[in-house]
Amino acid sequence: MVLALLAIIVVASLIGIAIVLLLPWFPEQGSNVAPQIDTFWDVLIVVSVPVFVAVSSMILFSIWRWRQMPGEEGLDGPPIHGSTKLEVIWTAIPTIIIAALTAYAAILLVDIQSAPAKGTRVVQVNGIQFAWSFTTKTDAGVVKTDRLYLPVNEPVKFDVRSKDVIHDFWVPAFRLKVDAVPGITTSYSLTPTKLGTFDVVCAELCGLGHAYMRQTVTVLPRDRYDAVMAGIADEAGVKPLPAGADSAALGKQVFVAGNPQTGATACGACHTMKAAGTNGVTGPNLDEMLAKDNAASIKEMIVKPNLEIVKGYSKGVMPANYASTLSKAQLDALVKYIDQSVHGKG
Amino acid sequence: MAAKIRQPGWYRAVAFVILGIAVCLGLSTGLRAAFNVDPVYDGEAVLQISLLMVPIFFLGGIGCFDYWLRWASGRKVVDDHADHGAKSWRDYFKVNTDHKVIGIQYIVVSFFFMFIGGLMAMLVRAELAAPGRQFIDANTYNGAFSVHATLLIFLFVIPVFAGIANYVLPLMIGAPDMAFPRLNALSFWMLPLAGTMMLLSFLAPGGSFAAGWTAYAPLSVDAPIGQSFFTIAVQFAGASSIATALNFLVTIITMRAPGMTFFRMPLLVWANFSTSLLVVIATPFIAASQFMVLLDRALGFNFFSPAAGGDVLMYQHVFWFYSHPAVYIMMLPGFGIVSEVLATRARKPVFGYRMMAFSLLAIVLLGFTVWAHHMFVSGMSNWIRIPMMITTAIIAIPTGIKIFSWIATLWRGVLKIDTPMLWAVGFISMFTLGGISGVMLAMVPLDIHVSDTYFIVAHIHYVLFGGSLFTIFAGIYFWFPKMTGRMFNERLGKIHFWLTFIFFNVTFAPMHLIGVQGMPRRVSDYADQFATWNMIISISSFILGLSSLIFLYNMIVSWRSGPKAGDNPWNSLTIEWQVSSPPPIFNFDAIPSVVGGPYEYGVPGAVHAVLNKAEPVAVGAGSGSHEGTD
Repeated sequence: MVLALLAIIVVASLIGIAIVLLLPWFPEQGSNVAPQIDTFWDVLIVVSVPVFVAVSSMILFSIWRWRQMPGEEGLDGPPIHGSTKLEVIWTAIPTIIIAALTAYAAILLVDIQSAPAKGTRVVQVNGIQFAWSFTTKTDAGVVKTDRLYLPVNEPVKFDVRSKDVIHDFWVPAFRLKVDAVPGITTSYSLTPTKLGTFDVVCAELCGLGHAYMRQTVTVLPRDRYDAVMAGIADEAGVKPLPAGADSAALGKQVFVAGNPQTGATACGACHTMKAAGTNGVTGPNLDEMLAKDNAASIKEMIVKPNLEIVKGYSKGVMPANYASTLSKAQLDALVKYIDQSVHGKG
Repeated sequence: MAAKIRQPGWYRAVAFVILGIAVCLGLSTGLRAAFNVDPVYDGEAVLQISLLMVPIFFLGGIGCFDYWLRWASGRKVVDDHADHGAKSWRDYFKVNTDHKVIGIQYIVVSFFFMFIGGLMAMLVRAELAAPGRQFIDANTYNGAFSVHATLLIFLFVIPVFAGIANYVLPLMIGAPDMAFPRLNALSFWMLPLAGTMMLLSFLAPGGSFAAGWTAYAPLSVDAPIGQSFFTIAVQFAGASSIATALNFLVTIITMRAPGMTFFRMPLLVWANFSTSLLVVIATPFIAASQFMVLLDRALGFNFFSPAAGGDVLMYQHVFWFYSHPAVYIMMLPGFGIVSEVLATRARKPVFGYRMMAFSLLAIVLLGFTVWAHHMFVSGMSNWIRIPMMITTAIIAIPTGIKIFSWIATLWRGVLKIDTPMLWAVGFISMFTLGGISGVMLAMVPLDIHVSDTYFIVAHIHYVLFGGSLFTIFAGIYFWFPKMTGRMFNERLGKIHFWLTFIFFNVTFAPMHLIGVQGMPRRVSDYADQFATWNMIISISSFILGLSSLIFLYNMIVSWRSGPKAGDNPWNSLTIEWQVSSPPPIFNFDAIPSVVGGPYEYGVPGAVHAVLNKAEPVAVGAGSGSHEGTD
């Protein structure tokens, strides 16, 4: 009887392990750390599933085998008070499993958090409510962007800081995260191993716009990375629009994509505006809010967003730095574009 | 009317509250005028002071301090037990010193806040049903999940266990009441105050507190006034916890019936002994963390402001030094309940009784050594991570001992699979899952990835819902006949269990997956890739929420008109079942004598305690006067 139960536990565990391992747990592997974490997870699953299966099977088996039958209402079970042998076994086995897993985890952790080699590229990650900006020292000078660019297969160290509250710099595809803590610099290092664009997520509750503090990291081949950093190309390799070339197109580009080179957040990330096809809800709907405003007051609202706050929204959410992060030509084009769009003149 | 206001009670409480607000208004404007602060009247300052002081006025008005003040001022105090025991339902709305009345007060108030907290969860799930904004803005959303967690932790799980133990524990050890009945009443009355304050925060300018139940600085320091409602309400809930824990400790140590040695105590008593140790040692730390936030907010102390030399990480260390032990405060009493239910319904002694008791104490000890495992990605010194990982993983060992011992208790028993038993065995399997994900989270390399994600949300709900709440339901169903004298509807109880069990899993199991896939927690909006799972989770959570209405209906209807239960419907050996249901006002005619272990099922003729039918002794009978010793 006990042997049959053991057989059931073994078979069910194998099936359970297979099912759980087949689930699409992790996002794609974007760094050198990711495969190690994913393998560690697989080991944890292989150890964990049998524990749960064994506990559940023994409970179900007991209920099936020893449930009270009609006529047994007055009966008691045998007065078994314990068994030292069993207690030693079920103390020792978990101890061994725990010791093994802890040792594995410790070795893996030491590996992950080992200091980066000298000369490793350093990216300053700055969190503010509610956006990340990234400062990188390159051959072309210091470049500040609101989208993170990294060259593939080159180690990088992130120095993470916050100017206001605690944020958390997490790239799920890289598998590492650390809090951005006001007053101190935290860091981690890794090597991106996969080309492509991945999510950057704020993982620590930082206030109203926490859910929208999502940006991207783009991992590029070295030559493309250098071109983007030098400001002579965007990530797709296309030269950016020269200022003033086509005002409407430039205005729309700033509205939809911001200015990655200087860290100007895109308007459309937070605001809904029909003409631009954006549907952000962090800030007010511009089609409704600006229906009665002229170009001059639209410009003032962009440059000094805290002067007047629409009911239901909060002060200090919209970045107040557009005067410095947009060039004059970009700002004028943006104002013109918004003015035309909300008044149906576009 | 004037006479009513002089008597302790609700009229005087309302009058005192109005008086309290007036005093706070005078204090604030008076001080501001004296120090030439402009403007003299500042609404937020008055509100801030009122939050601290008005609750104390309320407690005075309702009558928590009358006896003590009279005694302290040298006037004659009468111990006529006028405030002891309930003769009608109205007595449950008054300050009462009977542990059975206070137990019911605790349980009913806690469940009230459970339903409110549950509604908050429904709001959260409605908003998360699809990406983008559905019903509520980001501020209300952050408020909803913050109030949800805060109510369910501080106003439900912690106090409902205190309520169950309040009712059952003195009966179990053969005591006529708790050691300090008036302190017991004060502990209770601080609870509805704290909960009301948390709910009122929704009316505060700028909305309710919205920094999560963890209220990390500096977010909580910069937040609008609603945050102060949290900061101060937690002080009252915490003070209530500490006072109750002291009461339990003294009661257990000094008021056990003759023959009730420590190793003859039922495991529920052991569990509450362990829990009370945790509460008394740990709770002052959350009080400290919230006082520091309060001083930062109200008076600019700059504890957590780095620009002025403050230290942001210190908040988390102090906070988690309480809040990690708090998860055991929310689990150990449940361990006790499950041991009682399993032994009685399996008709067998609890397997490895002494190891069960020792493992509780081991968890108490280890519980203080693991707090920084909540901070693996906080930016604290890297070296702390490995020792904290090791201590955290070690807790799995005493917990494993308990799980295996419960299963061994079932083994070869005569299992009566009724409602309390279903909740108890459901608890063992769900808590095992929560424990497994807990060990995974202890492993630093994995925790770095899943920290602050839905994997955490899944884990804590497997521990607190599949763990604590399942044991609470087991306990409520198990002692319902004792508390009310009536039997609940078994069929509804089973439907309640199965609906909850199934939809609990459909709701929370997928959260493991979306967490590992990369969905952060505490967000009102999420990437489109998580939309399908979130919709499934939301629908399931609504059914889960509705299933609790079956419980509510069953409890209310059975309490009013359920069939008479008899004194000992479970045929249990422990003392609380040897008296009438509900028990007489002072529990026993004479103090019982304990002659054996509590779980000697299967031993022919075994008895745990003998109830003496001697002449009523002084306690409860005497109505004299003396210099109060309470």
